[in-house]
Amino acid sequence: MRKSGLPADTLKQLYAMMLTIRRFEERIASLYPEQEMKCPVHLCTGQEAISAGVCIHLKKEDYIFSTHRSHGHCIAKGIDLKSLAAELYGKFAGCSRGRGGSMHLADPDHGIPGTSAIVGGCIPLAVGAGLSSAMKGDGRVSAAFFGDGAVDEGAFHESLNFASLKKLPVIFVCENNYYATNSPQCARQPDVSIAERARGYGIPGKRVDGNDVLPVYAAAKDAVRRARSGGGPTLLEFETYRWKAHVGPDSDIESGCRPADVHERWLKKCPLEVFERYLFDRSIVTKDEMDLISARIEREIEEAFEFGKKSTYPDASELTEYVY
Amino acid sequence: MPWTNIQADDSRSPVRFGSGEQPARELSYREAIREALSQALEMDERVFLIGEGIDDPGGVFGTTVGLVEKFGEKRVMDCPVAENGMTGVAIGAAITGMRPVFIHMRADFLPMCMDQIINHAAKWSYMTGGKVKVPLTVRAVIGRGWGSAAQHSQSLQALFAHIPGLKVVMPASPYDAKGLLLGSIAGDGPTVVIEHRWLYDQKEGVPEGPYVIHAGKGTVRCVGTDVTIAATSYMVYEALRAASELKREGISAEVIDLRSVQPMDEGLIIESVKKTGRLIAADTGWKVCGGSAEVAALVAEKAYGCLKAPVKRVCLPAAPTPASAVLERAYYPGFEDIVRAAKEITLMLHKDEGRHAEKRHTIGGI
Repeated sequence: MRKSGLPADTLKQLYAMMLTIRRFEERIASLYPEQEMKCPVHLCTGQEAISAGVCIHLKKEDYIFSTHRSHGHCIAKGIDLKSLAAELYGKFAGCSRGRGGSMHLADPDHGIPGTSAIVGGCIPLAVGAGLSSAMKGDGRVSAAFFGDGAVDEGAFHESLNFASLKKLPVIFVCENNYYATNSPQCARQPDVSIAERARGYGIPGKRVDGNDVLPVYAAAKDAVRRARSGGGPTLLEFETYRWKAHVGPDSDIESGCRPADVHERWLKKCPLEVFERYLFDRSIVTKDEMDLISARIEREIEEAFEFGKKSTYPDASELTEYVY
Repeated sequence: MPWTNIQADDSRSPVRFGSGEQPARELSYREAIREALSQALEMDERVFLIGEGIDDPGGVFGTTVGLVEKFGEKRVMDCPVAENGMTGVAIGAAITGMRPVFIHMRADFLPMCMDQIINHAAKWSYMTGGKVKVPLTVRAVIGRGWGSAAQHSQSLQALFAHIPGLKVVMPASPYDAKGLLLGSIAGDGPTVVIEHRWLYDQKEGVPEGPYVIHAGKGTVRCVGTDVTIAATSYMVYEALRAASELKREGISAEVIDLRSVQPMDEGLIIESVKKTGRLIAADTGWKVCGGSAEVAALVAEKAYGCLKAPVKRVCLPAAPTPASAVLERAYYPGFEDIVRAAKEITLMLHKDEGRHAEKRHTIGGI
């Protein structure tokens, strides 16, 4: 990894974001067998660098729109961990009052208007938020997170077309983990990089190593700056890999869904380990500091899950609240 | 006070047309819609109109004519022919503080937007625990006649009424068109406003100032005692014509204009059927799993004991819309079908009443 030139505080912030996402999802994975979190969980373990490297550039009032695999994006954007844990447990104190579950997180106070479990569903919403910002002139930027599967969808293309046409303050963040559930990208798309699709819409597109947080940071920085200054949207393709199964806390390598050797290669490219090495090698973070950061995060996560477990369920008599 | 809190017209029976009142100012249905849009744009900077071709000289059957000149192309926005994506864009704008009105020249284009309307707009409030609302209005027009055929004529209200989280209104009169449209734009949830092309020239007294009618209130267009005809949209006019034919034959029909398919004014329908004991549901859509089925089921569940005869439904047969004029005539039911249905169930009444009378007589004779 090359020299970043970034202040130590920024680097530590990136590290803390990534570590929080990793530890939070590890906690989900360890508690999931208790069957108290009664909702499907789509974990982003292995993809944390993208959430951190993009969201660090966003202000609290900027928007993110995400997918069924949104824990990482929401954590990096600042969602309250307690409300996130409570939502996984289906509790009233959950960020969506127990109506959404893991796939439908929302925290409008932190610029998270909601997430959609329909592939590609949120991309046009992000463009709409961009249109809203452009009309109001409020200077906000909107980021759409999606996977390579969403590029198969019409909504992706319709969104890029309109965002480019109106030069909207949007960044399109594709986390290309090469699989839509268990269908490999090569079975779904011609051999044209996702980033290259941007050319057809007259906007910049860039393919970046998504497991290395520094290039992610750099690419997102340019895209956010361009969006905020009225330059219009950018498409970023981050190459990455999901460690866990499409859904649930287990690996799907044993079941033969994905080849084991590829999986092994990606494990060696763990975004956290890569970044930890970078921070140590350059003496940006000492072992003691790292331990302190880690202990703080562990404590926050512990408190969050304790809160989630202990808080109360929604009242069944309120089943039809919030329909309209 | 924000305009969206204007006191709603909650009266169920304005009976604005056919009532003999001479209003100060008449507007056509198309003018009433245009006035509602113009006033909403004027009162509220969050409101904008979006849709393919809405700024062209025809102006969506005249309903948007002049608006782009008045409010500019940023607020009266032509857009790509990408119905689903653009609906998502409108939803994204709605959940971040705007009040978009998405306009489709044909209701037949709505199936292109099903993912965004059903999976997103309808569910967003619920999925976010009520924290994020979707103040989106979708206008769509039902076409009819001149060989409009299968893809330019559909009356798809039942598809949307089925989905919790959506409101579906079908104004039949100019007064309602303005009030329901403003009510929808003022509301916090997504509403599908379904218009009918054959209604655009209807005229009626329409107040000049803004007013809102919220979804969920029907209205009685014609008071009667023998049979209730619950109708939607254009079928309200067929029902009124049927009512006047029936009157000549001594049958008194009560015509209810549902105005809103979801929510439906259950109380008004039940109240009327309790009085008349008979129901005809006349809908612009298909019969199977249609709006008329909901009306019939409602009465079967909540007013069964009051029914003196089977429920009748006058709606479209289970076929796509044909192009040929001869087939079109066979396809669309009209007032004659309503008259026939009414006679059938009122004559049945007379037979039943005779039987009951005979029975009573027999019992009395013992």
